[in-house]
Amino acid sequence: MKRPLERIVVALVKSSAIIVIGIVVVVFAYVIAKGYQVITLDFLTQPPRQGMTEGGIYPAIMGSVYLMILTVVFNLPLGVLSSIYLSEYAGTKNIRIVRAVRIATRMLAGVPSIVYGLLGLTLFVLFLNLGFSVLSSSLTLSLLTLPTIIATSEEALRSVPNTYREAALALGATRWQTVRLAVLPYALPGIMTASILGLSRAAGETAPIMITGVAYYLPRLPRSFLDQFMALPYHIFAMSTQSPNPTLTRPITFGTVIVLLLLVLVMNGFAIYVRYKFYRVKRE
Amino acid sequence: MVVREMNLKDYLVEKVLLLSALVSIIVIGLIFIFLTREGIPTIWEVSFTNFWGSTWQAQSLEPKYGVLPLLSASFLVTVGAIVLALPVSIAFAIYLSELADPRMRNILKPLMELLTGIPSVVYGLLALTAVADLTHTVFRTTFRLNALNAAIILAVMIIPTISSISEDALRAIPLEFRKAALALGATEWQAVSKVTVPAAFPGIAVAIMLGVGRALGETMAVLMAAGNAPILTFDILSAVQTMTATIAIEMGEVPFGTVHYHALFAIGILLFIITFIINLIAEIAMQRMRRYYR
Repeated sequence: MKRPLERIVVALVKSSAIIVIGIVVVVFAYVIAKGYQVITLDFLTQPPRQGMTEGGIYPAIMGSVYLMILTVVFNLPLGVLSSIYLSEYAGTKNIRIVRAVRIATRMLAGVPSIVYGLLGLTLFVLFLNLGFSVLSSSLTLSLLTLPTIIATSEEALRSVPNTYREAALALGATRWQTVRLAVLPYALPGIMTASILGLSRAAGETAPIMITGVAYYLPRLPRSFLDQFMALPYHIFAMSTQSPNPTLTRPITFGTVIVLLLLVLVMNGFAIYVRYKFYRVKRE
Repeated sequence: MVVREMNLKDYLVEKVLLLSALVSIIVIGLIFIFLTREGIPTIWEVSFTNFWGSTWQAQSLEPKYGVLPLLSASFLVTVGAIVLALPVSIAFAIYLSELADPRMRNILKPLMELLTGIPSVVYGLLALTAVADLTHTVFRTTFRLNALNAAIILAVMIIPTISSISEDALRAIPLEFRKAALALGATEWQAVSKVTVPAAFPGIAVAIMLGVGRALGETMAVLMAAGNAPILTFDILSAVQTMTATIAIEMGEVPFGTVHYHALFAIGILLFIITFIINLIAEIAMQRMRRYYR
């Protein structure tokens, strides 16, 4: 016995799915339609020319790659070690510390990215005197992505069946040997997911690098870690708001968006895939 | 537990791990220390009435550092975003957890995760082009970039956040609740709307709070969408300038150590405190809930 009003409400609830799918389709269709024509091999391998109204985005691509790699080099070891303690060592003692760390991690995840930018500016650029550089920016981003890394790799460690630990301990392994030889190998796909999510966050963030070292225009690659750099997301911002000729640069801007989206979404898609697969294994 | 002979290496490893576990707490401390260090001089450099005034004109000859227009802008776009995002997010969460068949769920959930992965600068560009064109044609706005623009794009950005956390809350409600309602003669929808959704309400509230936190802290999308004119207004069609946008734009131009520079850090402190409190309330509510359902 279905009532007409109820049917309407249920239909409305279901239509929300159409809205969400619609958003995804519109976003991608719009970006691709506006930018696909500029994507050529030259676009990917040439520096910008003529006040950025022509040429490619090679330095921005490479700048983002440098930034991503440096960020992960800093935050992956720290994040993974932190999650190992939380999931493997803390146990029943130190429950207070663990709870405080968990809360702190989740609070960090909620800190606005521009606030990380302010921290990076004062701590790395000025206080540690690293200047406006790819090093300052990636250190800033490594703090910003730390909560993601810790949460994701802790999730991975927790999904390791307890029998693995018990078997290792029963064979006389010490705690660290157990972690190193029995737990970590099993959690590796999950930890990989963590690092990929960190990479893609680092590739997409704009606000923090804006005030710690990204350059508006620099037609070469950074010469050292202390050099300034171009980056894809900031290039999009600069081209769309500070371009000398917005109509001329618009296709280039959307072309840059396509490149950035490809970079970020391929990584995220891979991470999501690994995660879903990983969990299916765990559930069985 | 068996007492094992103390292994020096194991002991050191544990201490190193503990130290790295503390990194989250250390980073929060660092944010606090470094923001205060640069922001605190504002207290004596800018008078109380100036700082809590209604004009932000940092570059003029007689500089005014009133944060009210920036605060009101942040809240205006956030409230707008929540109003727009809420119906869709809640409906979508209900759909995912109660109505969708598993195959549909397995497509939609990753799709939603993919949406959260899109960098905010991309949303900003869309706000600057597509959304601005749309609102300009529909509302014939005087400002092409305005608070409504920002609210719309923020809504799109927080729909995945709110719906995925609400969905978790809905799925945490034991199936017995719904079955009991059905056994009493309720229809499927009555069971969902009168039993499951009210029971999940605290979790949904947490989802909304986290959405608010995200919207308040968002920088690039708002910076590109809202027009950036520090006007104290609650007119959604006016250009506005949020706290985050102010820091992002002006930090690049300001000489270090000046009054203006310190004032920008003071805004940063304000932003940090507001989002911290919102997230902390959400966190505490979440922990309470977890204990309750256990």
